[in-house]
Amino acid sequence: MSAELASDARSAQRAGLRAGAKTGALRSRLGALAGVLPGVLGRAALYVALPVALLAAWQAAFALGYIRPILLPPPTRVGKAFVDLAASGDLFRHLGVSLLRVLEGFAIAALVGLPLGIGIGLSRTLDRLTDLIIQLTKPIPPIAWIPLAILWFGIGEAGKVYIIFLGAIFPILVNTIDGIRQTDHRHVELARVLEVTRRRFILQVVLPGALPNIMTGLRVGLMVAWICVVAAELIAASSGLGYLIMDARQMSQTDQVLVGMITIGAMGKLLDVVLRAAERRLITWKTTFSGS
Amino acid sequence: MVATAARKAGADRAASLRIGPLSKTFTLKTGPLRTETVQALGDIRLDVPGGSFVSIVGSSGCGKSTLLRIIAGLETSYDGSVTLDGRPIGGPGLDRGVIFQEHRLLPWLTVEQNIAFGLKTLPRAEVARRVREHLELVGLEGFAKAHPHQLSGGMAQRVAIARALVNQPRVLLLDEPFGALDALTRIQMQQEILRIWEAQRTTMILVTHDIDEAVFLGDEVVVMSSRPGTIRKRLPVGLPRPRDRSSPDFIALRKEIHREFFTASELPFAYEI
Repeated sequence: MSAELASDARSAQRAGLRAGAKTGALRSRLGALAGVLPGVLGRAALYVALPVALLAAWQAAFALGYIRPILLPPPTRVGKAFVDLAASGDLFRHLGVSLLRVLEGFAIAALVGLPLGIGIGLSRTLDRLTDLIIQLTKPIPPIAWIPLAILWFGIGEAGKVYIIFLGAIFPILVNTIDGIRQTDHRHVELARVLEVTRRRFILQVVLPGALPNIMTGLRVGLMVAWICVVAAELIAASSGLGYLIMDARQMSQTDQVLVGMITIGAMGKLLDVVLRAAERRLITWKTTFSGS
Repeated sequence: MVATAARKAGADRAASLRIGPLSKTFTLKTGPLRTETVQALGDIRLDVPGGSFVSIVGSSGCGKSTLLRIIAGLETSYDGSVTLDGRPIGGPGLDRGVIFQEHRLLPWLTVEQNIAFGLKTLPRAEVARRVREHLELVGLEGFAKAHPHQLSGGMAQRVAIARALVNQPRVLLLDEPFGALDALTRIQMQQEILRIWEAQRTTMILVTHDIDEAVFLGDEVVVMSSRPGTIRKRLPVGLPRPRDRSSPDFIALRKEIHREFFTASELPFAYEI
């Protein structure tokens, strides 16, 4: 992204220089700006084009009377409900509650999943010891744990955090193990030749090599955590975005249902952006294919 | 004066290697219940005097890399004996440095961290001093903070050389170290490794399929044949350094080695670089 920008800026500068040779520096600077601007705007337009088109089609379908508002209220009405819920503070209260649950469950999953994954990745004995139980529990959807969670923890916070923990830990665990197992054998050989200590081998060879996979695990885990919090709140909660959605459905306020859904989507996207930014900062050495 | 002192110190450090008789077989799984044994090396005997430079040439698959991996201690199952200054080799050790065909730098470490990666635990100032010294040795003083992906292939291989030398090994094993580089860089790197060898006088064993490279660098060229890998011929290179690749003696020697690999009918058009 920044490389693209830089190369655009360079070509723009070149174009600008050509103009500037004739008519002076100001002209060249304007030329550079004119060269960069359409590129940036063009990419931004491409990014939002599809959602905007869908919104327009949705609104048009309502205006032409194709859909009943009770089934699918138009974007304008959802927008109004959003403003109302935001103004009353309800939206942020529910969002805050859900976000806190997600972060708690996710943090516990990371605190357990990362060390466990590293341990299993490094030790064949630990792998053998834990493999069957992991393979057996992994396919059970976290939602299937909800009845047990209610029995064990009641309908308080602990049960929901537990569900989120269960949802987030497996992607973290599995990706961490994978990342460690994919350590380049050529680097392993190098470490043997140089008689590197096990500590240095783990810290400087294995973990940095596994980091891309670990970051993927964390991002997928966080996504699953959002799915789980809403599922848990739909069934047993008196607060949170899932509760907001369920409550609105019972009142037949479809617009508020949509506000809840869109808020979840936006929050998930935002957290992914944060994790991706962290990933870029941590992993600067990797050059990967980013589409053509 | 300084150079001769360094050379003397180096000569004391350089180890002599005695190989043989040495053979190695691989067991291949050819079916669910069938295995086949393939002889990779057969009755290799080779003495490498301390401080000398030996080139081993052979076509791919002749077992020359296996031989080097045995010396490095990466292959530990073999029949026979390999001794370094009289002590049998049982595994990898810091007395032997290895340079692989690919640079094998850790992409997440800087150049100086990569060089220090191979260094045993030492006081911080000593680590910094040695890293700086070896960066200078390979001519990369300005690149201490660079990452491997910012380096060219030749520069990355220089870092790998510095990393292999930083523990002051007594033997340096080079496994087709310049095979992945372009022709011009390769020639530069050959001169570079010669300069380093003359400065440090470490025993060097070079495995290559490049006859020109083998003759240019080695005190002796060992020609290997395939299946099983055996030593077909040993040719001392009596030419003074720096060697002129276009001198008649050089070309004659190159032709003689060339003849070991190709039949007469393949030769007439031979080989001009």
